[in-house]
Amino acid sequence: MAISEQPKHRTRRRAAVAPAVHPQLASRTGAGGPSIVEFRGVSKLYAGDVGLDQATFSIQREEFVFLVGSTGSGKSTVMRLLIKELEPTHGMIRVAGRNLADIERKRVPFYRRNLGVVFQDFKLLPSRTVYDNVAYAIQVTGGSRKEIRSKVPDILRLTGLSTKLHNYPDQLSGGEQQRVSIARAFVNHPPLLLADEPTGNLDPETSIDIMRLLYRINRTGTTILVATHDQAMVDKMRRRVLELERGRIVRDDAAGRYTRDETTREFAQRLRAPSTPPPGL
Amino acid sequence: MRIGFFLREAVRATRRNAAPSFAALATVIVTMLVLGVFIPIVQATNGAANSVRSRVLVDVYMKTSANAAAEARVRKELIAVPHVKSVEFESKQTAYAQQSKVDPQAYQLLGTNPLPDTFHVIPDNPANVLAVRDALTPAAPGGGPGTIDAAVQSVSNKKNDTKKILEVTNLVTITAAALTVLLVLASILLIANTIRLSLYARRREVEVMKLVGATDWFIRWPFVIEGIVVGAVGALVAIAVLGITKVALLDPLAGNWTLIAAPRTIAFSALVSVLLCAGVLVSALGSGLSLRRFLRV
Repeated sequence: MAISEQPKHRTRRRAAVAPAVHPQLASRTGAGGPSIVEFRGVSKLYAGDVGLDQATFSIQREEFVFLVGSTGSGKSTVMRLLIKELEPTHGMIRVAGRNLADIERKRVPFYRRNLGVVFQDFKLLPSRTVYDNVAYAIQVTGGSRKEIRSKVPDILRLTGLSTKLHNYPDQLSGGEQQRVSIARAFVNHPPLLLADEPTGNLDPETSIDIMRLLYRINRTGTTILVATHDQAMVDKMRRRVLELERGRIVRDDAAGRYTRDETTREFAQRLRAPSTPPPGL
Repeated sequence: MRIGFFLREAVRATRRNAAPSFAALATVIVTMLVLGVFIPIVQATNGAANSVRSRVLVDVYMKTSANAAAEARVRKELIAVPHVKSVEFESKQTAYAQQSKVDPQAYQLLGTNPLPDTFHVIPDNPANVLAVRDALTPAAPGGGPGTIDAAVQSVSNKKNDTKKILEVTNLVTITAAALTVLLVLASILLIANTIRLSLYARRREVEVMKLVGATDWFIRWPFVIEGIVVGAVGALVAIAVLGITKVALLDPLAGNWTLIAAPRTIAFSALVSVLLCAGVLVSALGSGLSLRRFLRV
């Protein structure tokens, strides 16, 4: 199981990761630390239909996990349960050790500030510029103007949008819009970033850029969960894969041995290379 | 900082959604104009109806032979009748003086005073006037109307006129009230609907804000502020139009045409504050409440 080989990787990674991104992570004890996401026997029924059926899995901190499956298999249900847009019918969901059922409705916005969420349709605010879209995520938390002025340009530089600060979303390409959306999700440095079909509307080349960006964010210590049906991309990425089929977890493996410490450049090169079966398969 | 942020958000939203904001503004202006015209009209109508009704009373004519003792006795008896609010005595001399002023020639010809002493019996409620009249004219032993006292000659009998006046004024009052209710309802619905429409255009935006982790009130304040501004501006424009109309058209007319000036209607300053409060309240509440549906994400 992928989980069992976690400690070794984590120890190796920690030397490579820039420290102090997540003080709370740095203080975590090495092996057997609490998982950041834990589903225990979670079911979700929609008016007679099964959205999720007895799903049990957990995701460790700093992991990069794919959630795959065809349409209607329950990927979006997992995502929507995690952002507490939906309540599970049965079972328990823990995020960072916190039982989601214990969070009352009023506190949900505060819980969501600990998550970064990226959607297939970007969900940008159409009446705001790129800069203001990202700034909104800080304003929501009550952040000061000073904080905005220091954080937003940084994150936009990281996502390669420095020249588009004052453009509105409808003046950007799909790839650029998704970068804005990722910048907004990451500007508060959440410990967990969820991406629901982030490349669903994008061409392959742009998709690689987006995945590379997500990988770069992963390397700063953020746990990333990506739902996708882009099987080719998943095969190339060689990261842990959870597969859903009609609401059930049918596969959970690391999809081959991969080098966790590869640079983003190597990573992108590998993704662009013609499809080769990953070693070990 | 927080209030400044919400204000800036409201301004931004109004600017970027100019068309729906303008629609809401226009709706507020039009409904406030209609209300502003209608409130005084309803009041004038009601005032006129009430002044007609207040003149409904029963006259009790005394025998010419009645003396002061009889007068005092009859007054006591009249006050004892149920539904009588008050009794006014008009002596034959007063009546004569008044009537000869109206028609001096005719009374000069008469020489003597043919008018009787009269009690004006005022009912506690105009609707009870007929009951009072019936009580004052109990059936006499030989059939036909009798009197309650030997000193009473007769009781005025204007049954049909009284009935008609009561019916017509009743109808006018009820119609005016119904129209007011309908108009206020229509105004609220119209404004609420326009606001809901403009919010519906922005529901995606609200959803995104919630997903980013905004609290309900963080999202709601700019909308409420926008509602207050739209309501206030709309009401102010309507008030300006009304004020200009009043100064330019009504005031010169009022001097010549008593109908406009006579009934006591709401003061202009009171009307202004009513309209302003109504506009701001409906608009702000409409924005805040309509938003609730879209906040459930």
